[in-house]
Formats: sequence, structure tokens, C-alpha cells
Amino acid sequence: MQSTADAFEDLRKDFPVLNRRVRDDKKLVYFDNAATTQKPNQVIDAISDYYQNYNSNIHRAVHALAEESTEAFENTRDIVAKFLNIEDSREIIFVRGTTEGINLVAYAWGRDNVKEGDIIVTTEYEHHSNIVPWQLLTQEKKAQLKYIDIDDNGELMLDQLDDYLSTGKVKLVTFSHMSNVLGTISPVEKIVSKCKNAGVKVLIDAAQSVPHMKVNLNEIGCDFFVFSGHKMLGPTGVGVLWAKKEILEKMSPFLGGGDMIREVHKYETTWNDLPYKFEAGTPNIADVIGFAKAIEYLEKIGMDNIRNHELELTKYALEEMKKIPGLTLYGTKEPEKRGGVISFNFNDVHPHDVGTIIDKDGVAIRSGHHCAQVLMEKLNVSATNRASFYIYNTKEEIDVLIAALQNVAKVFKL
Amino acid sequence: MSGDPIYTEMIIEYSRNPSNFGKIDNAHIHQHDANPLCGDTIDLYLNIDDNKISEVKFDGHGCAICMACCSVLTEMIKGKTLDDVKKFDKDELLSELGLEHLVKTSPVRIKCALLSLKSLKFGIYSYFVDKMKDSESAGNLNEEAANLY
Ligand SMILES: Cc1ncc(COP(=O)(O)O)c(C=O)c1O
Repeated sequence: MQSTADAFEDLRKDFPVLNRRVRDDKKLVYFDNAATTQKPNQVIDAISDYYQNYNSNIHRAVHALAEESTEAFENTRDIVAKFLNIEDSREIIFVRGTTEGINLVAYAWGRDNVKEGDIIVTTEYEHHSNIVPWQLLTQEKKAQLKYIDIDDNGELMLDQLDDYLSTGKVKLVTFSHMSNVLGTISPVEKIVSKCKNAGVKVLIDAAQSVPHMKVNLNEIGCDFFVFSGHKMLGPTGVGVLWAKKEILEKMSPFLGGGDMIREVHKYETTWNDLPYKFEAGTPNIADVIGFAKAIEYLEKIGMDNIRNHELELTKYALEEMKKIPGLTLYGTKEPEKRGGVISFNFNDVHPHDVGTIIDKDGVAIRSGHHCAQVLMEKLNVSATNRASFYIYNTKEEIDVLIAALQNVAKVFKL
Repeated sequence: MSGDPIYTEMIIEYSRNPSNFGKIDNAHIHQHDANPLCGDTIDLYLNIDDNKISEVKFDGHGCAICMACCSVLTEMIKGKTLDDVKKFDKDELLSELGLEHLVKTSPVRIKCALLSLKSLKFGIYSYFVDKMKDSESAGNLNEEAANLY
């Protein structure tokens, strides 16, 4: 029998880009998975297959191609529902990504439900996509936006949530399941139960969690849940918004147009059923079909195995990085409380310089503010370096990163 | 590492010990700019006497390229007339640090290199337009700045 590490090593052959050489013929070490992951042949082939063999618009025609494409598209909805353990796949809305999903909720639900003086609660470690839509909404409605701060360990200070909830004015608490910078995994159960006790709605930005761990939406008990396909082996341009049927049915539509209507008259329109009410216009058919293959691929490996593999890599990387003098690690020191994302700074060398120097050794990390400037302000830095892992990464690649970082020290004479 | 096309001795040295680093209180020109991609920010301060740059400083956070370019740019323009500075070309700055190749090789890092010059051009434009009420002299410096990279 194959060892687990070997099994993970073996799947690298499914990802053509991982064979690539970069810069001076260096092996690519891809550690920018929190931004987007690479795609396996299974996904790439499914997209070509659609365009080569049954490209057709969905839902509106009766010919053979349209039937095939509609079936493949709708099949993805069922696969997503099963993946998240949701009984009713009509609660799955396809969107462009996390950003569009959150904006949809802010626009369609927020505008009807948030009034002057109400409070929306978010956190200090959010991606801009879970801050800016709420700024727009609260400014428009003269409502208030409040933040749950983080402590020195990069964990949320939940007593602040209690204070906000006790005002009775909170309409929504919205937070990321896992921070894209610190890797902190949020205490979802605690937050949801506090909010449920207070009768407050909860949105979870799962862009960084769903790709890396088992998520059972039936148990979580939140109201809105959003993530992006491209961060989990899928194509760009596909994301998912899940919300409870009762909420979606009451919500106003987001975009108006084809597919989302039941009947259109000159001056009024009735809405289509779920999920189509929220899927106006021709959707991203090819990529939705490709996304199904990504989920199947992940399920075949098993989400628990994926979590364990990344935990191993994270532990190893943290150990090795701690040995480098002058390297500052952000976030909790307990690997179990975090995902496979490591943010760091190296003495006072700017992250862009670190990124450029290690890129010469083929190592791709992210340098910058990671669309989380509120968090950067909190950490009192303008940017960090971020290495983030996925299923195809190995300990040997982490060794390459460590050696490359030693080069940075040489160049900057540290 | 010898022969590194970006991280030369000179760039490392400037990034460790930038020239003209600091602030001028009530400067005649104060221009703030940021690089939205990486979050680099700089503030450029200039005093003008007799149509010449009598004093210049900058501060901010940026990568080695950005800091080195700010240093060299401020060194190069000190004492120059505004007319000279208006004509200042990006190649002059880049070649001083051996970074001409960035224009072709790194569309991302060229932004780090030219943030300083962009701020300078915008700053002088606003000085002419807002302070001197002389939009003729300002010319199209603002467009030039906006199209620098
Ligand atoms: C936590 C988090 N939320 C939201 C997003 C935005 O996702 P997308 O760009 O796919 O809309 C990201 C991705 O960068 C993220 O990491």
C-alpha cells in the first residue's frame, strides 16, 4: 500500500503546470495557493470537452446539445450540495466568486433589511471583499459597521461580539471561516450560537476554508455561506452562494434580466423559482461544469486527508522558519488552530524584495497586503510575505523556500 | 550574489541608508502617493526658491527599488530649476541605478521604481496650477505623470 505522502506526491502528475520550469530553469515551487490553486487535467479536460462536444446555452432550448449542457450544469449544483451536505440543491446559487456572493447578499438582502442605526459586525482579519460591500451598505443606510478585533495571537476577541449583540441593533455578523493572511480558523460554532441566541443573521466567507477542510453546512447553522471555485482546483469565474431557502425566497433579486424571470410584462415582472431568480443572464457554463470535476477530485482524496496533509506541511514549515534569525511569523503558534497559510516578514526587507529574490529560485509566494489592509494596519506593517500550501505541495518544496530565504539574507547582508 | 540585475550593491546600500530621508514642515510642495498593488506609500517634500529646488526630502515605506529610486531622484533634482525638472525623463533615473531593463522585464517592479518620479511630476503640476495659478507652465505634466507606467 502507498503511504499517504506518496499518494499526495503521486497526484502532482495530474497538474501539468507543476512540471514547468521558471526563471533560470528552476523547478516551480507554487506556494500562492491562497490566491488561486493550480488545475488538474480532469478540470481542464472537462472544459475543453464541453466546448468541443456540446457547447450550448442552457435552460432555454430543446435541442440535444442544450439538453446535455443543461444536465451537466445542473449536475454540478447537485455535486456542490452533496459536498456541503445540503439537502436542497436549489439553495446553491452560482456566482462569479466570493466577492460577487458577498455583494449579492449586501445588495439584495442588505438593502431590504438594514436600516438607519442598525449594526453590521465584521472582523479585523477580513478580505476587502468582506469589508467594502458593508461600508457601501452602511453608508447608504446610515447604519454602522463594527469590527471584532484580533488579539496578539491573531484570534478574534469574542467578548466584543457579545457587547455588540447586547445593543440589540445587530442585523448581520459576517466573518471569514479562515483568515487569508494569518491562517487563523475562526471559532465558527461559538460565533453562530451567540448570533442565533440573539436572533442575528450570520454570513461566512469560506473562500479559505472549503478548499482545505471538511465543511458540513447542515451542522454549522449559518444563514449565508460563500466561496470561490478557483481556490479549490476549479476554474476562475465560478463561485457559490448558499443561503437558506426561506431567506432566498423573501430576498429581492440582485441582477435583472434573462433566466431570472417567470413572466415579463411591460411594467412588471414576476420572479423565477430558486435558484434561477438569482442567476440572471447566461452563466459561466463551461467553468461550472469544470468545477464539478474539481470537487470530485478533492472528494476522491478526502477532505480530512487534505487537512492532515496541509497540517503536516504547516508544522514542518513553521519549525524550519522559526530557525531563521530575523524572521517574524504572524498568527497563532498552534498549527491546529490554523490552515496552511503562513505570513511572515524577514528583518526589515520589504516583502516585494523577498518575493523577487526567491522567485529567482522558482519559489512563488505572495508579497503585499493580500487585500487585507485593515489587518495590515493592525499588524502595523504595510505588507507581508505569504506562503500558502495545497494538496500537491511537499516538504522538499518547503526546503527550497528555506534555502531561498537564506539567499535573501545574503543579498541584503543580514 | 554578483551580477544580480536588480539587487546591486548600490540599490541595497540606498535601501539601507536612503538619502534625503525625512520630512519638511510646511513644504511648498507636498505630494503623497501610493502603489495600490503593494501598499507602498511615499511622501515627497520640496521647497522652491528662485524657481529652483532648494530643498527636497521624502519619507514612506517601500521596497528596496522604491527607496533607492526616491533617494537617487531627490539627489538628482536638488538645485535644479523647475524647467529642468519638468523635462526630467524616466530613463535618466533608471539608468542612474542600472534599472533600464525593468521597463521590459518587470511590468510589476517598474511601478516601484517610478513611483517617486510620478509623485514629483504630479507635485510640480499642482504647484503650478494650485499655488502659482499658472496652468500654462504646468502644461500636461499631470498626463505625463499618469502615463509614466
Ligand atoms: C478570505 C477571502 N475572501 C474573499 C476572497 C475573494 O475571492 P474572489 O477573488 O474569488 O472573489 C478571497 C480571495 O482572495 C479570500 O481569501
